[in-house]
Amino acid sequence: MALILNEEQQSLKDIASEFLQSNAPVTHFREIRDTQNELGYDESLWMEMVNLGWSGILIPEEYGGFDFGMVGMGSILEEAGKTLTPSPLFSTGVLGASLLTLGGNDSQKQTYLPQIVDGTLTTALALEESNRHAPYSIDTQAKKNGDQFIISGCKNFVIDGHSSNLLIVAARTEGSVNDESGITLFLVNSDSQGVEITKTSMVDSRNAANIKFSDVTVSSDNILGEENNGASLLEVVLDRAQIAISAEMLGNASQAFNLTLEYLKERKQFGAVIGTFQALQHRAAEMYSELELTKSSVIAACNAVDENSNDLRRMASLAKFKSGETNHLITNEAVQMHGGVGVTDEYDVGLFMKRARVTEQIFGNSEYHIDRYATLSDY
Amino acid sequence: MTDLQTFREETKNWLEANCPPEMRKPGDVAWGGRNAQYSHPDQKIWLERMGDKGWTCPTWPSEYGGGGLSKEENKILQEEMGAIGARSPLASFGIWMLGPALLEFATEEQKKEHLPQIVKGEIWWCQGYSEPGSGSDLASLSTKAVEDGDQYIVNGQKVWTSNADKADKIFCLVRTGPQEPKHEGISFLLIDMDQPGVTTRPIKLISGKSPFCETFFDDAKAPQKDLVGGLNKGWTVAKRLLEHERTMISAMGLTGGGDGSQKTKSGLAEIGKKYAGIDSDQKISDKAFRKKVTLHDLNSRAFGLTMQRVGEETKVGSPSPAAAMAKYYGTEHNKLRYELMLEAMGTSALGWEGEGFSMEELAITRDWLRTKANSIEGGTSEVQLNVISKRVLGLPDK
Repeated sequence: MALILNEEQQSLKDIASEFLQSNAPVTHFREIRDTQNELGYDESLWMEMVNLGWSGILIPEEYGGFDFGMVGMGSILEEAGKTLTPSPLFSTGVLGASLLTLGGNDSQKQTYLPQIVDGTLTTALALEESNRHAPYSIDTQAKKNGDQFIISGCKNFVIDGHSSNLLIVAARTEGSVNDESGITLFLVNSDSQGVEITKTSMVDSRNAANIKFSDVTVSSDNILGEENNGASLLEVVLDRAQIAISAEMLGNASQAFNLTLEYLKERKQFGAVIGTFQALQHRAAEMYSELELTKSSVIAACNAVDENSNDLRRMASLAKFKSGETNHLITNEAVQMHGGVGVTDEYDVGLFMKRARVTEQIFGNSEYHIDRYATLSDY
Repeated sequence: MTDLQTFREETKNWLEANCPPEMRKPGDVAWGGRNAQYSHPDQKIWLERMGDKGWTCPTWPSEYGGGGLSKEENKILQEEMGAIGARSPLASFGIWMLGPALLEFATEEQKKEHLPQIVKGEIWWCQGYSEPGSGSDLASLSTKAVEDGDQYIVNGQKVWTSNADKADKIFCLVRTGPQEPKHEGISFLLIDMDQPGVTTRPIKLISGKSPFCETFFDDAKAPQKDLVGGLNKGWTVAKRLLEHERTMISAMGLTGGGDGSQKTKSGLAEIGKKYAGIDSDQKISDKAFRKKVTLHDLNSRAFGLTMQRVGEETKVGSPSPAAAMAKYYGTEHNKLRYELMLEAMGTSALGWEGEGFSMEELAITRDWLRTKANSIEGGTSEVQLNVISKRVLGLPDK
C-alpha cells in the first residue's frame, strides 16, 4: 500500500489546488453566504468542476465516468476543505455516485450515472432521523401497496437536501426501529407529491435540509439495491462517505493550522513576535504531530477503498475519528491563538471552526467511531 | 531464477547450516566486547559465524567487514532469519549509533580500524554525551580535552553512559575550543576505557536495574588519530548520531507490524479482558477502559501508518519533515500504553519481586518504569517539541 501520491494523483491534486485557490477562495464562500444564495453554491462554478471531470471521479468508464478512485477524490476534497468551497461534490460525486454505482441495477445506472458525470443531476441521501448519526434507526415507513410503496416520515440533516433533484431515501419496509434488516433505499424525485423540503440554516452556512414525506408514492422500480437489505449497501457507501469527508476535514485542519502559524510569526506582543513564546511553540508542535497522523490515516483509508481492503470498515472509522479529533483541536487552538481577532467574523479562522464542527457530526463523530472500531475489533 | 531468488536460496541454506539450534529460540542477545560473556556457548558460535560473513551489519560496505548487501538483499536476510526464528547475533551501540556516524564522517584510516571491530563484536562501545550540568542543553558540556604531543588529555565527567562498566571504549563529546562559541568548540573523540584515568560507577534506576553509569576522566589519554570529523567540528557528528539514536528509540512506540495493526491488539485489549473482566458477550466489561484502549489502538495505527509514510517519502528522495515528530510521539505513546496496562492490572502490576506475581506481571512493572526514560533519553519530549517548532514550523527564536 502506497501512502504517497503517484504522479497522476499528484497532478490532479495540483490542478484542484490551483483551480480552487483562483476561482473559489474563502471570499467566494463569503459571497455565497452574505448574498444568501438560495442554492447554497455557485452553479457556474459547479459546471466548471464538472468540466474538469470531478463529478465522475468515482464513476466507472462505461457510464461516462473516469474511475479515478478515492485517492483522487480525497485529494480534491482536501483542497476544497482548505478554501471552504461549497459545491455538490460530496453529496452527488461521492454519495450519489457510490450509491448508484454499487447499488443500482443496469437501467438505474444507465439512467442516472451519465447525468451525474455531465452535471445535470444532483443527489442527496435522506438518512438521519435524529440529532446524531444512527444509520439503522429508521422509522420512516414505506408501505407496500401492490406494485407501489407509500413513504411517510421525517428526515433531518439531509446534506444538499433542498438543492438536489434526486433524493435517495432510507425507509423501513420491515421490522422496527434499530433493526439492521428491513431497511430499503428508494429513489425519489425531489418534486414528487408529498415531499416537503425545508432548508435549515446551519453554523457553517452550507446546505442541509429537513424533509417530510407524506404518503409519497413510488414504484417498486425505484428501489435501489435489495428490498429489506438496504443496510448492507448503506454500510459500504457510508465507509466511502466517512473517508471522503475526512479528506475535506484534513484540508480544513491544514488551512486553519497554516493561518495560525502565519499569525504566530507576525503578531507582536510584549515587544516580541508571539511565535517566540515556548508555551505557544509547544502547542503548535503538538498540532503538527496530530496533523501528520491524520494525513497518514486519511490517505491510507482512501487507498483501502481503491484496493478493496478487507479492513475497510476499521480504516473508515480510523480516518473519521482522527480527522474529527485533529480538526476539533486545531480549530479551537486557531481561534484561541488569534486572540480577539479570532472571534471576529472578519478573520477566516472562525469559519474553519464552524465548518469543522458540522463535518465532525457528518456520518458519526469521534465517539461513534471509537465505539465502532472497538466493536469491529472484538473489544 | 533472478539474482534475488538465488540470494534467497543461498541465504536460506547458509542459515540452515550455520544457525545453531539454541539460537532459533527467543532469548538474550550477545553484546560482544573484549571480555564477552555468553549465556550459552551457541551465542559465541552464532556471533562468530555472522560476524565473519559481515551479517551483523548487513548493509555496511564489505571493505570494512560489513555484509555489502543491498536493501533488498537485507530484507531477504531479515525475512529468512525471521522464518527460522533466528535471534539477532549482536546488540551494539557501535552498530546502531557509532558505525553510521563513522561511515559518514571518519577518515579512511579510522573506518578501516574501527568498523571491522564493530562488525565482529570485538569492541563494546558506549556513548559519552550528557554531563551532570549538561542534559537538554548538551552543547554546554565542559569535559575538556587538551592537546599534549600526539595525544589528548581528558578531564571531566559524563553521565548516563550506557553499560560503561562493561564497555571497552567510549565515543565522547569533549570541549577542545574553550574560547569558541559553545557549538563550535566541541570535538568527537574515541577513548579507551581500559586505562587508569577512567573510572565508572553504575547508577541504580527506579526500575531496579543499572544500565547506565557515571564515567569520570582524570587525565585520561586518547591518541590524536582518534578524533573524528575534525577539530571543533564534533557538533555536526553529534547531531547526526542523535538522529540515529532517536530513530532507535522512537521504534519503541511502534509495537505493531508495518501498519501498526497487529501486535497492539493482542497487547492492551487482551490485558484489559484478562484483568479488567469481560461481560457475557466476551467484551471488555469496563466500558470506560474499553474506550481508552481503543483510543490508544487508533493512535497506534495512525502512528504506524505515519512511520510507513515517512519511509516512503524518504525513499523517493524527499526527506520527510514528519520524521521530527516520531521520537516525541512514539515515546509518549509508549508511556501511555504501559500506564493503561497498569490501570487494567491494578495491584497485579505493582509487584516488585518474588511470590504472588507471574514473571510476565513482574516484567510489565519493570518495563513500565523503564518507559519513563524513553521521553528523556536522546532528547526530552520538550526538546523534541522545540525541534519541531523551530526546524519544521519555522517559528522564530526571537
